[in-house]
Amino acid sequence: MYIGWNILKSLWITFRRFVESYIDDLRWLFKKGFGKRYTPETLPVRQHPLTKRGIFTVQYPAERLPLPERFRGFPFLVYDDETGKLLCTACGTCARVCPPQCIWIVRATDPQTGKPLREPAEFYVDISICMNCGFCAEFCPFDAIKMGHEIEVMAFDRADLLLDLEKLRRPASYDAQIHPTDYAQKQARKGE
Amino acid sequence: MNESIGSTTDIVTHLQERFPDAVQPAPAPYQGILVAQDRLVEVATYLRDELDFAYLSSVTVVDYPQPLNGMPACYDVVYHFFQGRGGPLTLHVQADRENPVVPSLVPLFPSALFQEREAWDLMGVRFDGHPDLRRILLWEGFDGHPLRKDWKEVYYEEEHKPFGSRFPDGRPVPAESRSPFGDNLRYPPGWSPRDWRPLVDVWGYAPHDELARQEDPNHPADRVVLNMGPHHPSTHGVLRLLVTLEGERIVKLEPMMGFLHRCHEKIGERNVWLGNIPYTDRLDYVCAMSNELPYVLAVEKLLGVEPPPRAQYIRVIMAEFTRFLNHAVSIGFTGNDLGIYFTAMLYALEEREHILDLFEMVSGSRLMCNYMRFGGVAHDMSEEAIALARALAFERLPRYLDQLESYFTDNELFKARAVGVGVLPPEMAVAYGCTGPLLRASGVPYDVRRAEPYFAYDDFNFDIVVGQNGDVYDRYLVRVGEMRQSLRILQQALNRLPDGPIMAGRKSATLKVPAGESYGRIEAPKGELGFYIVSDGGPNPYRYHIRAPSFVNLGVMGEICWGHLIADVVIILASIDITLGEVDR
Repeated sequence: MYIGWNILKSLWITFRRFVESYIDDLRWLFKKGFGKRYTPETLPVRQHPLTKRGIFTVQYPAERLPLPERFRGFPFLVYDDETGKLLCTACGTCARVCPPQCIWIVRATDPQTGKPLREPAEFYVDISICMNCGFCAEFCPFDAIKMGHEIEVMAFDRADLLLDLEKLRRPASYDAQIHPTDYAQKQARKGE
Repeated sequence: MNESIGSTTDIVTHLQERFPDAVQPAPAPYQGILVAQDRLVEVATYLRDELDFAYLSSVTVVDYPQPLNGMPACYDVVYHFFQGRGGPLTLHVQADRENPVVPSLVPLFPSALFQEREAWDLMGVRFDGHPDLRRILLWEGFDGHPLRKDWKEVYYEEEHKPFGSRFPDGRPVPAESRSPFGDNLRYPPGWSPRDWRPLVDVWGYAPHDELARQEDPNHPADRVVLNMGPHHPSTHGVLRLLVTLEGERIVKLEPMMGFLHRCHEKIGERNVWLGNIPYTDRLDYVCAMSNELPYVLAVEKLLGVEPPPRAQYIRVIMAEFTRFLNHAVSIGFTGNDLGIYFTAMLYALEEREHILDLFEMVSGSRLMCNYMRFGGVAHDMSEEAIALARALAFERLPRYLDQLESYFTDNELFKARAVGVGVLPPEMAVAYGCTGPLLRASGVPYDVRRAEPYFAYDDFNFDIVVGQNGDVYDRYLVRVGEMRQSLRILQQALNRLPDGPIMAGRKSATLKVPAGESYGRIEAPKGELGFYIVSDGGPNPYRYHIRAPSFVNLGVMGEICWGHLIADVVIILASIDITLGEVDR
């Protein structure tokens, strides 16, 4: 081997990969048309480690990749679709287990007797210090707090990142939609 | 090596017989021996020369303001010694509370060089005879030693989490509204910011300026003091290298760190046991999965919990995927630092994406996985995840590795820059406490997976990859070899993945750990990652110390760069493979 052979070989690899990524993108473009290149039916093929050829660019705000079910975004509180009642009982496990301590709970009291009720009057999550660890959802004994799939969270003021009860509420149907496997398992456990 | 001495208990008895007035067993929940302060150097010399404890892994200090667990009020300096295959031998030396001074072990074990500086910086224990006892993570002139129990941080709230203000009647108080100029900020009497001038050499120029003034009459070039970093694209983060140059040759090089110091250990002592797991991900953010392992290992040792086989296999799978991606990225960065630009790096990142997809599918997050739990793992691997892992381990990653070798291993440009550069002799590597590919490239076959097998590593066939010359090129070869061995382990683990539970016992949010001390260590991709924890039996760690491989490996940087060109510093640093999140903690 003469000097420089390996450099040429490396350059050939680079050139091949450059061409490959364009050919593949164009192929999918002709097959599916604009806006159809990254659909749920094409992505498993294009992203799969064994079937993919070349890399591709997703035009992010217009097109986006699906998130896996277990993805941990920011926490939300689940309420029952029919009654509108929160599943949360204000037991405080999430506030205790939260590593950066970003959860505050105020327990509701019965206005007549003054006794504490099993529901929160106020619930705050400061998502500016939330570290998305998912402990609150994992250790909640009532499955009342879940990790959402929202990733685009922005605000002009840090105070807007302090979510209160109204901003945290999501229906149980939304939970079922983003966590289908998990939800089905939970229903199966309930049925037993 | 004295053949009659085997287990740690034998060594303790042997040392007691050898040094009857200096050595006694440590009080009950503690392991190892208690050494009299004035005889420490003598005992350590004997350990190194006669008993083959060549490897001082960790030096740290625990603060006991009050007697605890049978330990009197003192500063307890803790040393962890290892043999090639054996250990740990834990040495406790009690330092006085009023004037804590302990003899330095740097002349015997240079691996204590940075760790003793760190102990002085954060705990305020002086090491008598240390050649260069300055602060290392904090700046000169910092008030106090922050890991002492009586030191309070600026936004101090309470001694331990969970903070009482959260429940049952908690209202949010943003940290900013708690004034940093409250009770915790003190000024010396008569202090005024206008007249203030630093009293000490804050930026550490003095020894370099001194050296620059002594010019070599035989050498025509001037000596120049140069700062590389902290904002330099080739230092992999905010690392500052202070260099004295003669022409283009290095006369003296000093790594200076602390720009990314996040008070990890102080936060860790405030947290509950469980709450530390997501924080460990932030140490070495390239390989988060394997950062959690030594911590859960250390706590499991204290709890006496053994994870079920499936959990152990899943841990091994995650750790080996992490090793693969770390080495791929590390080699990519080497290419970047060499001047072949980002191409090799991007090829590595493409494979890394697939591994991160797997991590995201399994744990829920790409980088900050938070996947390990005490006694198991958080979630089971689904069929889909196993299929993806198999596709990667059996087909995709071996193919990538072949391609990497075809364009890197015999590349003339790479060889011209890497062969014979940054040679680290094996004796020096051991003395400086280097671990990981850096040590093995020098020809020392030391791997924690074999020396002290943890999890299911005993079940797998794999080789320890060793280099011969200890230069940058051999470190590259060792990394490639280790990636192949990782794939071997992964293939065996995925083929034999047992069924069964993934947790021993029930998950519990509130956990109390029995009193005692524990040192958990694993072979992380960058070297030996150790967590030293002390429990007082409560819901929070009493002491939580990290022995970071990047931090200790950096100690040898000044030695191996000496006499090289300034351009070689960049590639030597890349071959050591550091992550600043772990160096500065």
